Amino acid sequence: MSAAGVKPAPTTKGAVPFLKVPKEGEPYLAGSKCGKCGEVAVGTRETCGRCGARQGVEPVKLASTGKLYNFTVVHRNFPGVPVPFISAIVDVDGGGTLKGNLLGVDPDPAKIKFDMPVNIVIRPVPQKDKDGNSYLAYFFEPRN
Amino acid sequence: MSNDVYVVGTDMIKFGRFPERSVPELGAQAALMALDDCGLTIHDMQALYSGNLFEASAGVGQRILREIGQTGIPVVNTANACATGATAFREGWMAIKAGIYDVVLCVGSEQMGSGLLGGGGGSKGIPTEGLLGSGTMPSVFAHVGLEHTRQYGTTFEQFAKVSVKNHHHSTLNPKAMYQKETPLEEVMGAEMISYPNTKLMCSVNVDGSAAAVLCSEKKARELGLMGRAVKVRASALTSDPYTPRNIAMMDFNAVTRLAAKTAYEMAGLGPDEVDLIELHDCFATAELVHYENLGLCKDGEAGRLIDTGETQLGGRIPVNVSGGLLSKGHPLGATGIANIYEVTTHLRGEAGNRQVDGARIGLTHVVGAGSACAVHILEKA
Ligand SMILES: [Zn+2]
Repeated sequence: MSAAGVKPAPTTKGAVPFLKVPKEGEPYLAGSKCGKCGEVAVGTRETCGRCGARQGVEPVKLASTGKLYNFTVVHRNFPGVPVPFISAIVDVDGGGTLKGNLLGVDPDPAKIKFDMPVNIVIRPVPQKDKDGNSYLAYFFEPRN
Repeated sequence: MSNDVYVVGTDMIKFGRFPERSVPELGAQAALMALDDCGLTIHDMQALYSGNLFEASAGVGQRILREIGQTGIPVVNTANACATGATAFREGWMAIKAGIYDVVLCVGSEQMGSGLLGGGGGSKGIPTEGLLGSGTMPSVFAHVGLEHTRQYGTTFEQFAKVSVKNHHHSTLNPKAMYQKETPLEEVMGAEMISYPNTKLMCSVNVDGSAAAVLCSEKKARELGLMGRAVKVRASALTSDPYTPRNIAMMDFNAVTRLAAKTAYEMAGLGPDEVDLIELHDCFATAELVHYENLGLCKDGEAGRLIDTGETQLGGRIPVNVSGGLLSKGHPLGATGIANIYEVTTHLRGEAGNRQVDGARIGLTHVVGAGSACAVHILEKA
């Protein structure tokens, strides 16, 4: 057998590129901070989307707390996606905005409060890809 | 003589579902109707601008010419999300404005599948839809609506009223997909897709096509076509300027405000002078925010505008008297030119039962995910 025919052993990855799973240490959400205008963006970037700076955009770890900016309760989705669920927009403390699932709250608009403080938690998910890789995703939970 | 550009011919097919027909066949039909509208033929056209999204790499414009006459003219195919048709129209406008051509044909056509558009996840890794929120269009525009609720307390009922209005308008438009009244209880009681958008607050996926013949003033006079000609007072196209939440939550507001500002400046007029508007009501939530984005009222007053009926036919500023995307239907690549057709028809005084009385100036708006926004301002010549 040639080496090319050997599949790499399954690993654990982030469900999105900005969810980093280091070999050592805790998984985290990667962001960037512009040294020129100070903008914090989600993901690793070379150039600032706000001011266009090409230098001084440094990687930062996003905070694990934030505030609910916006939401919707999703009742109809593609086959196989469990509904209802809350699609939420969260402003991360210190900068950056994420879209994700809000857990631990009834999917009832009357029970969801704008600006409620949330924790941003990183957890394994049941889904695997066709190569057997496992995944981590981030979720929002109300912070009391 | 000015280098103003005029719509001299335009038409659209009745929107519907035509699974047995091809996209170029649909486009060809609208193209011939628009040519007939001004009494010209494909042999008079100096270029073709074709808008189509789902077959963007398949030479739709060239295939339309195979249906209606292969004259060898240049063809430009455009794809720009929901602004695809409007982008094709604008390309034609620019070419005449630049003095390259005197008369061109712009066609938008689309064949839609049924079901949800959008959604997260690509070819790599695992699908993120439902895992990291939702990227389906009903959800994306639910976020747009609830941001307005967050700021101004806009209610589910106010959003639903948009659908009631536009479905009512469509009963007066024989080219709309549906001609069916939808009372408020029916809209609010319909299946919830993504709160606050119920099924009757989501645009209808339909197949469709629309076309416009654009002409320089010199040529329009030469051809004796000024009688029903409609001047393009402004054409604006924007992409989304940076806003902090833009990546997580697509920003349809900033991109629209920038296009509206550009168009009003180009036309040298303000929203108060506009007599009717066809705007991008892809979801009921979208229409309300665009009232403010297009300057029809002050920020925070969109709920009041729908409550007081100011945007109904007969009101201060009628919006989507065609039935809008909510009831006329939304064939992505055709929508931008179908809007031009609707407004042109009113400015010509030929809109029949749904005519906006005395309309002299009209505005069209489309905005697509990604984002791309086009605003055109038209005036009776
Ligand atoms: Zn910057």
